[in-house]
Amino acid sequence: MVMKQTVSRSLFRLLAGLLFVLLSTSTWAQQPLDLAQRGTFAIKNAKIVTVSGDTIERGTVVIRDGKIEAVGASVAVPSGAQSIDGTGLSVYPGMIDAATSLGLTEIQSGAAGGVDTTEVGEMNPSASAIVAVNPHSAHVRVTRVNGVTTVVTAPNGGTISGQAAVINLYGTSPKEMALVPAAGLVLNFPRLVAGGFGGFGGFRQNTQPNIAEAITNRDNQVEQLRKFFQDAAAYAKAQEAYAADKSLPRPTTNLALAAMVPYVKGEKPIFIHADRERDIKAAVRFVDDLKLKMVLVDGGEADKAAALLKEKNIPVVVTGVLAVPRRDDDAYDDQYALPGHLQKAGVSFCISTGDEGSSVRDLPYQAGMAAAFGLSPAEALKSVTLYPAQILGLSDKLGSIEPGKVANLVVTDGDVLEARTRVKYLFIDGRQVPLVSRHTELYEQFKQRK
Amino acid sequence: MKKRLFACFSLLLVLLVQTPLPAWAGSGDQEKPTELVIRDATVLTASHGTLQASDILIKNGKIAAVGKNLKASPNAKVIDAKGKFVTPGIIDCHSHAMLDAVNELSESVTSMCRIQDVLNPTDPTIYRALAGGVTAMNLLHGSANAIGGQNAVVKNKYGHPVTDFVIPDAPPGIKFALGENPKRSNFNITTGPRRYPATRMGVEEIIREAFVRARDYKHAWDEYRAAVAKGDKSAQEPRRDLQLEPLVEVLEGKRYVHSHCYRADEILMLIGIADEFGFKVRTFQHNLEGYKVAREMAKHGAMASVFVDMWSYKIEAYDAIPYLPVLLTRARVNVSINSDSGERIRRLNIDAAKAMKYGDLTEEEALRMVTLNPAIQLGIDKRTGSIDVGKDADLAIWSAHPFSVYSHCETTLIEGEIFFDREQDQNKREALAKERAELEKDESNKARPGGPPPGIPPRRPTEKGDNCLQGTEEHQH
Repeated sequence: MVMKQTVSRSLFRLLAGLLFVLLSTSTWAQQPLDLAQRGTFAIKNAKIVTVSGDTIERGTVVIRDGKIEAVGASVAVPSGAQSIDGTGLSVYPGMIDAATSLGLTEIQSGAAGGVDTTEVGEMNPSASAIVAVNPHSAHVRVTRVNGVTTVVTAPNGGTISGQAAVINLYGTSPKEMALVPAAGLVLNFPRLVAGGFGGFGGFRQNTQPNIAEAITNRDNQVEQLRKFFQDAAAYAKAQEAYAADKSLPRPTTNLALAAMVPYVKGEKPIFIHADRERDIKAAVRFVDDLKLKMVLVDGGEADKAAALLKEKNIPVVVTGVLAVPRRDDDAYDDQYALPGHLQKAGVSFCISTGDEGSSVRDLPYQAGMAAAFGLSPAEALKSVTLYPAQILGLSDKLGSIEPGKVANLVVTDGDVLEARTRVKYLFIDGRQVPLVSRHTELYEQFKQRK
Repeated sequence: MKKRLFACFSLLLVLLVQTPLPAWAGSGDQEKPTELVIRDATVLTASHGTLQASDILIKNGKIAAVGKNLKASPNAKVIDAKGKFVTPGIIDCHSHAMLDAVNELSESVTSMCRIQDVLNPTDPTIYRALAGGVTAMNLLHGSANAIGGQNAVVKNKYGHPVTDFVIPDAPPGIKFALGENPKRSNFNITTGPRRYPATRMGVEEIIREAFVRARDYKHAWDEYRAAVAKGDKSAQEPRRDLQLEPLVEVLEGKRYVHSHCYRADEILMLIGIADEFGFKVRTFQHNLEGYKVAREMAKHGAMASVFVDMWSYKIEAYDAIPYLPVLLTRARVNVSINSDSGERIRRLNIDAAKAMKYGDLTEEEALRMVTLNPAIQLGIDKRTGSIDVGKDADLAIWSAHPFSVYSHCETTLIEGEIFFDREQDQNKREALAKERAELEKDESNKARPGGPPPGIPPRRPTEKGDNCLQGTEEHQH
């Protein structure tokens, strides 16, 4: 009876899947909501790039109830499983972009109503990305159909921008998407800003920088930041003391400081944005003093601080592989080559786009560019799968094809980092995701207009 | 008018203030060989398929022969390209590199401004583009004006005098812009009043009005010349109008219109005006919604220069799709893929590869989008854009197939001369670092309390996105 039920349920799923395929390929039907059920799937006869272990040239991956159940060259397909013939195809873990604002910005310019990245003011630790991320953003589908299944989405601007979330790119509510709703604090470490090179239309006013003034300004900002962290530490102490002894005067609640508590205690990571060597070193000294847990984001000159980053065990989320060199006389490939330099120096790193949303789908090509300039192809693949998972503390769930991990899988017709490669099947959280997006929809519509 | 001219001329002055070339500049340390042969490469011709294990013989800057086991004179310089790939030099049909000024923001019709007057041959973007295999660029005025300034089509002869850059026989062109940028909804100049137009209706009216004036101006000159031809000594020469002269050239089919546009309606609008006044729009630039009106574009004979997958960066770009190149190609519209960016210009080979992912473009169709097609669009395909005998030896040599993300450009040649070589570049780095350290040690370059080190050049922060509207590199939009 139980068996029968399972069979009829999977038959139903098969029919529903078939119906969906018909709808999505024969017409430009409205995209279905993200309501696919978890099930049991088996991808057979595929090349399986596990990332954590050896690549299996011809094998099977079994997905059940959202998890990877089994993987190997001689794994049996469970009865009732929906079977996918992976002959000639490759299976990869879903890629992870650890620095985006995906879902917080629909259109960067000209439609301010859809932009929710940046709060007013300098210290906004309670601004949480997970509150504002839009599951129905067109960016979600456009990104996932290129094999990126998981992103960190983060606010930006100010000194403390807010808190970032780790989300899977599937679901009808932020909660359904969330892997870690509050994954880290976003901090733009105060920079040395000297001189004004503004102006528009060629009417450039080239004011000379006043270095001493710039240093004073930067130092003041760092002191304000330090005070904010110290206030939060004092706040945590007062709350703990009161919790232990209710006879003490009850401390007032302060939402901003309360949001800081896990970060001042070093329990959760702070994503610190810094690019220049001096800013990176200043940030490391800051977290060292206050015993904070730091992840460096951007790190355009992280290679120049490599020894320090290695010694302090601070990982780097590189967002500038495609950034143009900072100085006119920097080597033309200095940013392409940065991940390779970090890898050789033994610094933990991953590659991310740092993009607001529309170009997050380029993540594999950024890793590919690093591989064209010094990183090995295998390391490049890790830098967008296993390494971001490790840096986010999620390597038990994401980043490789191993039993027990979340079933975020991409099935391709070639090397997942290559620009010509196409995604053939996609699974997120063990659900089969249709390969449709705003872009395929418009394509299907207008290719009929001859 | 005086004011306008002053603005243009003042930009010229900028040229006089130039920074010295970095040590790795150009190829001054090697003679241009009269004969050169590239041996044993996979040759992607862009015109007649892929040739395995073939040679390219170059004589006096031109491709003299393509084939297997070519005979070369004993003095010929030999580049061993076994296991490597050669493509035509990449051509970017939309760039603002080298420009010391991009937009003349004051007026809505600035056809009298000339990009060739503000070229900076020391812009590092040129070298970085060469390192991505790019040999030629269409340098366009910005998109702040319904009718913008005149373009310059150049080869990236980094290290040469600026006069060597401009391709002498490239047909002249002019930038137009439709939609949001000329109607200025996304930016405000805090000083000065709002400028007409503020709507797409006004953009159409501005362009129509300019061509009505240009047509009258042309009539005046035609009548004058006819009178002179008849021997009428009293005929009065019309006053020269630098704004209308280039538009008369457009009416006469002597100057190409390269029009920035996004939305389908504005594309149809310009086709309508062009048909009415009897000229052709040579290229629609960006053309993001061109796939919605591909049929009409093909009928008019317009070509398209597009981004492969940029979208959503502004409201006009929300319907942009990466299937644009294939949809236009299948509608028989010539398509090129451009950068409009000092960043993307470095990796147009990968943009071409991406175009293959969306739809059913063949490898050669995709390669043409960054080589032969932009050459056709710019009217320079007789001399460059494919690997064919008689064409300029503008070539890029790649470590692997240039559509692979794992490839990089190793050598870039223009007219047989090496302008980028990765190995040479790497060899120079140590000396350059040493030179920089020496300079920084100099007393005059040390920071003093309260005072700046003198002569710090402006920083060039990472630029992203469509930079048509950039007045300076610092400004993003």
